[in-house]
Amino acid sequence: MTEKYNMPDTRGHFGPYGGIFVAETLMPPIQELNAAYQRYMVDPEFIAELDADLKYYVGRPSPLYHAERWSRELGGAQIYLKREDLNHTGAHKINNTIGQALLAKRMGKTRIIAETGAGQHGVATATIAARLGLECVIYMGAVDVVRQSLNVYRMKLLGATVVAVESGSKTLKDALNEALRDWVTNVDNTFYIIGTVAGPHPYPAMVRDFQAIIGREAKQQCIEQAGRLPDALVACVGGGSNAIGLFYPFIDDASVAMVGVEAAGDGVETGRHSAPLCAGRPGVLHGNRTYLMEDDDGEIIETHSISAGLDYPGVGPEHAWLKDTGRAQYVNITDNEALEGFYALTRMEGIIPALESSHAMAYTMKLAPTMSKDKIIIVNLSGRGDKDMQTMAQREGIML
Amino acid sequence: MSRLTGKFAELAKAGRKALIPFITAGDPNPDFTLPMMHAMVAAGVDIIELGVPFSDPMADGPVIQRASERALAHKMSLRKVLALVGEFRKTDQQTPVVLMGYVNPIEAMGYENFANAAQQADVDGVLTVDLPPDEAEECVALLKARGIDPIFLLAPNSIDERIKMMDAAGSGYLYYVSLKGVTGAGHLNTADVETKLKQIRGNTKLPVAIGFGVKDAETAKTVANLGDGVVVGSALISKIEAHQDDLATAQQQIVELLAAMRQAMDS
Repeated sequence: MTEKYNMPDTRGHFGPYGGIFVAETLMPPIQELNAAYQRYMVDPEFIAELDADLKYYVGRPSPLYHAERWSRELGGAQIYLKREDLNHTGAHKINNTIGQALLAKRMGKTRIIAETGAGQHGVATATIAARLGLECVIYMGAVDVVRQSLNVYRMKLLGATVVAVESGSKTLKDALNEALRDWVTNVDNTFYIIGTVAGPHPYPAMVRDFQAIIGREAKQQCIEQAGRLPDALVACVGGGSNAIGLFYPFIDDASVAMVGVEAAGDGVETGRHSAPLCAGRPGVLHGNRTYLMEDDDGEIIETHSISAGLDYPGVGPEHAWLKDTGRAQYVNITDNEALEGFYALTRMEGIIPALESSHAMAYTMKLAPTMSKDKIIIVNLSGRGDKDMQTMAQREGIML
Repeated sequence: MSRLTGKFAELAKAGRKALIPFITAGDPNPDFTLPMMHAMVAAGVDIIELGVPFSDPMADGPVIQRASERALAHKMSLRKVLALVGEFRKTDQQTPVVLMGYVNPIEAMGYENFANAAQQADVDGVLTVDLPPDEAEECVALLKARGIDPIFLLAPNSIDERIKMMDAAGSGYLYYVSLKGVTGAGHLNTADVETKLKQIRGNTKLPVAIGFGVKDAETAKTVANLGDGVVVGSALISKIEAHQDDLATAQQQIVELLAAMRQAMDS
């Protein structure tokens, strides 16, 4: 790559993807947000406050851990885990919620809303809202409220109101719809913290910029520990924020392969999956143009994944662009394969990954053996598995 | 001159305001819509806004969300809505019909295919909630080239610059969403709408229809005095929802409500 990567354009387009597809009432708050984002992302005081929070409140930098036993067992490339699971609240989500909440504070907004799937983004948002003393309302699909009840309790403990969304498929996409409806009704005092690299511009770029700390740290740590850049990056992709956070600082390093792992659910061929990049087509949903899971009439179809955090019919527009340009590759992993990844990391390294991250682990188990022992893979361990204990125990027939 | 422009000119000449009902095509089933359209015309409406159901109606409140769900349960689709307009045109060549919905079904069909099909069906206007003029260049050009009016929304927080943008991109009329919120919500503040309309008029010569918060004959009359047209949606759809088992009653109550609005607006 000779030209430096410089996406999106000023109107939020990644090639044909991204943009601002919203009802007119949301235009003014989106323009206001964009102005604040452009201003504060280069403001030394803002950056200093964000950096301090990431260090002392979140616990950054998160370690880059050489999974030696697992690498040896798989017999191929050396596997390094980027330990986002060790962050405060247990996932990468807090990197972004802190950034957006600090923006909200500077913009004088007193009320925070967010959507959540697995509940990790909801918890991270409720956490920062508690710390800053902001009112917080979290929208969560009614189906997810049941399968992630532990996180619902955490959000309530933190003082957030959790609204179970009963419309549509009652999952993440419907939570997003409901959050957008709230925002359009309460635009004057409300800041909408979107948890992934989707939504109308500037969200995809802004969330990426807040998550890019993952890749910046990983790059430096890899050079420190191994003396060179990695050969491949692997991360799971639902909306795609942990993946873009890891990938982004490496985009201009052509020698580094980037692999996003989508959720294949029961298998892409069954239609019961959440893999729009692998098996969808471009369309417009939730404010941006991207790959979607839809029927021939353009109606969004229901998705399926064992992990609530990947159960989404769209994907961040930058991933759509990276796919089309061939800079990143997108693969998929079924529920059952993800479980193998879950057990492998747990038993081999004593680290229990989130079911979302388990998709990345499962693909790493396929990829590593095809590479020689002197090669390096960095896998984003985007979240810890505590929240999934109930789901896992239930699958094993154990009542907790 | 498009049917919409002609209609507003004719109404202005007569000193009357447009009554514009909104119903979701295919709600509660596909057989209900066509006779309902004709019955609304008989009740004195001027323009029909026909909702194209979408799986994720982000700007709509619960009433219209459920209407979309009922229609989709019967496999209603953009193609079928276009066919329905074609049917309507067989016996009514006068009443303008505006399709209102979200952009993804149009994206799935392809902008050009859609524009051709809309022209074929003799659709007069297209209002796409989540396609602001910033992203609508290609679609607007295709529609205008076929004599179809692209209708855009204005909101209470729209600044002069946005109103001018809508004026340049839109034709037929502009739709002023009188409340910050989703469809079917809240109460109308007449003074606020009056102030906003002055600002809008200062930036466009297009007729302005006002929607959101119109519930009965009284609010219809109030709103009619402020703009050039009145859009009523959730209040009608609530009647369909309440009488799903007795659709003759639903139709009758909708006709009665529209007739009452017509009378109040003309008095």
